[in-house]
Amino acid sequence: MSLIEIKDLHATVGDKEILKGIDLTVDAGEIHAVMGPNGSGKSTLAQVLAGNPAYEVTGGSVTYDGKDLLALPPEERAQNGIFLAFQYPVEIPGVSNAYFLRAAYNEVRKAHGEEEVDPLEFADFMEEKLALVDMDASMLNRSVNQGFSGGEKKRNEILQMAVLQPRLAILDETDSGLDIDALRIVADGVNKLKRPDNATIVVTHYQRLLNYIVPDFVHVLVNGRIAKSGGKELALELEDKGYDWVTSGAPVGAGAA
Amino acid sequence: MSSSIETLISREYQHGFVTDIESDTMPAGLSEDVVRAISAKKGEPGFMVEWRLKAYRRWLSMKEPHWPNVTYGPIDYQATSYYSAPKTKKPLGSIDDVDPELLKTYEKLGIPLYEQKMLAGVAVDAIFDSVSVGTTMREELAKHGIIFCSFGEALREHPDLVEKYLGSVVPYSDNFFAALNSAVFSDGSFVYVPKGVRCPVELSTYFRINSADTGQFERTLIIADEGAYVSYLEGCTAPKRSTNQLHAAVVELVALKGATIKYSTVQNWYAGDKEGRGGIYNFVTKRGKAAENAKISWTQVETGSAITWKYPSVILQGDNSVGEFYSVAVVNNKQQADTGTKMIHIGRNTKSTIVSKGISAGEGNNSYRGRVQVLPRATGARNYTQCDSMLVGNRCGAHTFPYIEVGNNSAIVEHEASTSKIGEDQIFYLKQRGLSAEQAVSMIVSGFCKEVFKELPMEFALEAQALLGITLEGSVG
Repeated sequence: MSLIEIKDLHATVGDKEILKGIDLTVDAGEIHAVMGPNGSGKSTLAQVLAGNPAYEVTGGSVTYDGKDLLALPPEERAQNGIFLAFQYPVEIPGVSNAYFLRAAYNEVRKAHGEEEVDPLEFADFMEEKLALVDMDASMLNRSVNQGFSGGEKKRNEILQMAVLQPRLAILDETDSGLDIDALRIVADGVNKLKRPDNATIVVTHYQRLLNYIVPDFVHVLVNGRIAKSGGKELALELEDKGYDWVTSGAPVGAGAA
Repeated sequence: MSSSIETLISREYQHGFVTDIESDTMPAGLSEDVVRAISAKKGEPGFMVEWRLKAYRRWLSMKEPHWPNVTYGPIDYQATSYYSAPKTKKPLGSIDDVDPELLKTYEKLGIPLYEQKMLAGVAVDAIFDSVSVGTTMREELAKHGIIFCSFGEALREHPDLVEKYLGSVVPYSDNFFAALNSAVFSDGSFVYVPKGVRCPVELSTYFRINSADTGQFERTLIIADEGAYVSYLEGCTAPKRSTNQLHAAVVELVALKGATIKYSTVQNWYAGDKEGRGGIYNFVTKRGKAAENAKISWTQVETGSAITWKYPSVILQGDNSVGEFYSVAVVNNKQQADTGTKMIHIGRNTKSTIVSKGISAGEGNNSYRGRVQVLPRATGARNYTQCDSMLVGNRCGAHTFPYIEVGNNSAIVEHEASTSKIGEDQIFYLKQRGLSAEQAVSMIVSGFCKEVFKELPMEFALEAQALLGITLEGSVG
């Protein structure tokens, strides 16, 4: 059984239709890259899967782990193992990273019928997680994302992913704003978290991240639809020829606006 | 169309039960005879009844203030009963004499009255309606020469101290509600910490209004003698009633040379229902006077009451004295709060800090009103004010009324203010990590209030945080 099966997914924001019939199936153990030009709907797809109420699903279905994903509120999706690494991580002033991470971790544990962990147990647990993204323990005492540099914010997202151990991680433009060292750290973290029973969808504009996180499949999103799918070599081809190459070959009708 | 923050559901007030206990309640109404009767019931010394009568006569000539940014119907002062006491067969000798029903009430409220529970390190005076029902840990405190008792007892056992300091910070003529309180207050707490003594435990009073149509008018007087230190906590609850009840308290703090008084309040009076029916009118006067090198610090978490009208203030009389005000005020549904502080700089090199966090949800209306006054003599005075408002939803209001009067060129006065809205993006971010909407709001708001919560004693801070969560529960969907 597939981990997630997206069928003919349509979504709007305001009155504007962004997703115009997405079909995508991801199995456990796979890494899928979703690429595409600006405005093609990549981030919308990520947000819709996570359940952001700012987007309205107007058609299609998403089956996740045998469940109707679209019927679940965002927090239950998260508790069931869906994780979105945000393109723009949000600041929560005055709330320490440690407190926030433990609260989130405990919610996920509770949803699985496991006991909550106390702050001491959690501190031990965090040690290896911090090492994974090369973060100092002092980061835990800072307010969530407040005053973080762009790179720190993205690393903090991967730290959260390491803590919550999702079954389906969606990385939304995680490479944007990262220098090459930060990019390597973030990618290393993601690679180390890969297991046969989880999957990752990497949403990115550039091929660069895919040098570090090597996808099994690459999909090119154009104007709200997947215009082309292939193996990892497709990303290189795109880098070489540009998105115009796919856009011009897009299926009939995809250009309607 | 509908924003997730807009959906409102309501959570019931948890302390809304009524204790079935026989009360000795005076008929409604106010006159010189009532004032005399209250004084007689308490067996007060002669100076007290005279003081009360002066206050009453002054009150008759005063008008209820209407400058606060709140609206409510006229209050019929003749329809309120000014004295209610749980009936007891004999005077209370020890905690064991307290009516078991009453002890059960305090247990429900989570107030540990028994000595064995006092190991937690808090001494408690509990005020039920108008009278004090038990003060714990008194013997332990007496070893240090600390007096912690009900106001009534203080009048009987330490009349000189009371006479010397009563009204020295808040005179009976101060304002309409203070005058009313001075005339009819029936009990309260009294603290005296002798010279150089550091009070080893947190002192605590729990106020509870039980009877219907009763006003509660308690009076607290805390005196920290030279070099003394005391930390005092105050908590309040009331049953749910469909009519409004009046609470007009007065708190006076006297910090003598080099003394420190830290006064923390978690106010959770019944706030009324979603439509704004019922709830407590909380019209309170709180003020401290700081002598040379003394420090007075107010911390308040105001989550309850239909209307809050309250400005804990510090008169910085002595040179180098310090005044602080840390406040969290939350309004939800139809609650209204007009609260803030006054810092009056009289002495040289006096310092004051004001940190106010106002949170408005539902159709609540929150106003910060503060006055920073630097008198001509106050060379080197310094004030820092930070005033932040947070809005939850689109139907609430936040207002700021800062008054700054500087009469000395060397003074430095800073005022910072901000208004923010809980963002849908913040809530979604936290939900995406598995937290419910309510947990998310509670977390965001706690973070917003962090600077104030860290001023509270540990256990109180946890209670305050929980209370904040409860008050705001249902403010988002």
